[in-house]
Amino acid sequence: MSTAISRTKNRTEKPTPGGRRSARPDRAAWGFVLPFVALFLFTFVLPLGYAVYQSLLKPVRSGSLGLGPATVGFAGLDNYSLALQQSAFLESFARVLLFGIVQIPVMLLLATALALALDTLSHRWAGVLRAAYFLPYGVPGVIASILWGFLYVPGVSPIVDLLGRIGLAPDFLGYDSVLWSIANIVIWEFAGYNMLVIVAQLKAIPQELHEAARIDGASAWQTALRIKLPLARPALVLTGVFSIIGTLQLFAEPLVIKPLTSTVTSSYTPNLSAYNEAFANNNIYLAAAESVILALVASVLSFGFLSLVNRRKGRDAR
Amino acid sequence: MSVSTPPVKKPTGASARTPRAAGERRDGRPRRGVEPSRILLVALLTVAALYFLLPVYWLLVASTKSSADLFGSFGLWFSDPQWLHNLSQVFSYDDGVFWNWTWNSLLYAGIGGALATLLACAAGYALAVYRFRGRETVFKAVLAGVLLPSTALALPLYLLFSEVGLANTYWAVLIPSMVSPFGVYLCRIYAEAAVPVEMLEAARVDGAGEWRIFGTLVLRTMTPALVTVFLFQFVGIWNNYFLPLVMLSDDRKYPITLGLTTWQSAADRTPELYQLTIGGAFLSILPLAAAMLVLQRFWRSGLTQGSVKG
Repeated sequence: MSTAISRTKNRTEKPTPGGRRSARPDRAAWGFVLPFVALFLFTFVLPLGYAVYQSLLKPVRSGSLGLGPATVGFAGLDNYSLALQQSAFLESFARVLLFGIVQIPVMLLLATALALALDTLSHRWAGVLRAAYFLPYGVPGVIASILWGFLYVPGVSPIVDLLGRIGLAPDFLGYDSVLWSIANIVIWEFAGYNMLVIVAQLKAIPQELHEAARIDGASAWQTALRIKLPLARPALVLTGVFSIIGTLQLFAEPLVIKPLTSTVTSSYTPNLSAYNEAFANNNIYLAAAESVILALVASVLSFGFLSLVNRRKGRDAR
Repeated sequence: MSVSTPPVKKPTGASARTPRAAGERRDGRPRRGVEPSRILLVALLTVAALYFLLPVYWLLVASTKSSADLFGSFGLWFSDPQWLHNLSQVFSYDDGVFWNWTWNSLLYAGIGGALATLLACAAGYALAVYRFRGRETVFKAVLAGVLLPSTALALPLYLLFSEVGLANTYWAVLIPSMVSPFGVYLCRIYAEAAVPVEMLEAARVDGAGEWRIFGTLVLRTMTPALVTVFLFQFVGIWNNYFLPLVMLSDDRKYPITLGLTTWQSAADRTPELYQLTIGGAFLSILPLAAAMLVLQRFWRSGLTQGSVKG
C-alpha cells in the first residue's frame, strides 16, 4: 500500500525542498516527528501486537471436572481456525463484500454525477445545492441510523405511510431488504462528502482545458466524460480506498438497526462479530483473533485496490 | 435504495446537449439561458437535495411533537408543536445527563482534534522539509496507519488499555483521538507545496532556531492545512462510536453518540425515551451542521491539497 501511494507521490514531488540540510537535521527532525511517532506506536503498533499475542492464547480450566480456577494457556492458531470455522463469521465477510460491491459503486456514481452536474451550474445555485448534499456528513453515523430507523419502521415512518396510501407496502427491514436499507444510510451519510472531494479535484483543472474543449466543439456532456472525469481520477481513487476501508468497518449502522428487526444478527458484520465475542461471550482471545483477521483483510483489499488502479494507470500511460 | 436511484444517472444524462451554436459563445462563456435540458438538470439536482434533506426535515418536525403525535400524526407535518417542552425534557432527564454528554463530546473532539492537528503538523512538516534517518520508515508507517481501519484497532486498544488501567477514563478516548495518520499525510503534502525553502533559509541566517521557525513562520504558513486537518479530526471524533462504546462503562463519560443510543435502546421499556432520543438527536446535529455550512467553503479549498495528489 505504501509503495502505491508513494509512487504517485514521488512523481509530483518538487525537487526544491529535497536537498535542504541544516546543521543537525536528524535531531531537529526527530524532535518534530517524535510526539506523533510515540503516540502512533502506543495506539497503533502496540495494540495490534498485543491483539496478535492475545489471539494466540486461550483459557485453560484446571481440576478434574474443569471447574477449577481458569488459567491462560498457549493456543497456537486455535482461535484463528475456530474463527474461520464459524459459518456466521465467514458469512459476515461475504455480507460486507456484497454490500461493498453494490454500495460503493452506487455511492461514487452518485457523488461523481452530482459533482459534474454542479460544475455546470451557476455559482449561487451550486453553492446552495452543494451545502444540502454535504449536510449529512455532519450527522454522526449512529444518529443517521437512528433517524433512518424511524423512517423505516411502519407506524412512525411517513415514507411507509405515503407509500401505503398508494397501495404499496414496502418492507425496509425484511430479510432481503435490510442490507440495502443500511446501504442507503451509508450512501446518505457519505455521498456528499465524496462529492466534495471530487468537486475539489474538478476545481483544480486548468481553465484553459475547458476553453480548448469548447473551441474544439465539445458539448458539455463530452467535456464532462472525456475531460473532467479522467482528470478527477485521483479523487475517485482516494474516495474508493476510503469507502472500501469504511465498508469493512461497518458496525454502528447495523447495531442501531438491530433492535428494529430480527434479521440483523449479532454477527451481521465482522466488527459486530468481534464485539459480540468480546463483550457478550467474554471470549477476548477469539475476539482478538477476529480483529486481527479483519485488519488483515482490510489491508489486503485496500492495498490490492491501490495496486490494481496504479497498474492500470501505468498501462494507460504507455 | 429506491429513494436514491433516480438522481444517480439522470443529472448527467440530462446535461447531454447538442453542441452550442457558434453565436452562443460570445465572450468565451456558455450562456446561462433557459434551456429545457438545464431546467431538467436543476429539477433532478433539487430532487437529490430533497433526498439529503428529508431525514433532517423529519427530525425537525418530529422534535416538536408529543410522544402520542410522534406515532399518531403524519410524519412530515407539524402537529401541536411543543418544542420548548420537549427540549427542556432532554436537558433535565436523568439529572441533566445530556449536558454531560454534550460537554464530553466537545472535550473529546475539541482537545483531541487540536492536539492531533498540532502533532500531525509537526510530523508532516518534518517529513516534508528534512532528510533524516528513518524518514522513509516513518512515512510508510503513516500510510499503513491511513489504510488500517480504525475500528479494527478499537478492540485491540481496549485490551491494551484495560491491561494498563486506562479503560473507562477520559484518556481512553482522548489518547487514540490525538493520532491522525491522514493528518500527517495531508500536512506533508501541504508543507511541500506551501513552505518556501527561501523563507526557512532566511530565518536560519537570522539566527532563528528550528523550533522558533516552526512556531512562528511555519504554523502561520500552514494554517489552511491545519484548519482542514482539525475539521476532519473534530468531525471524526465527534461522530466516533465504536471506540467510546468499547472503552467507557460510566455513562457520565459518554459522548453524545453513545448516550443517545442508550436512550434509543431503552425506549422499548420507557416509551418517553423515543421523544427524548429524537430531541437529543436534533440538538446534537445543530452545532456540527452549522459549522459544516459555514466552513465548507474553506474546507473545500484545503481539501484540494490532499486530493489532487492523493
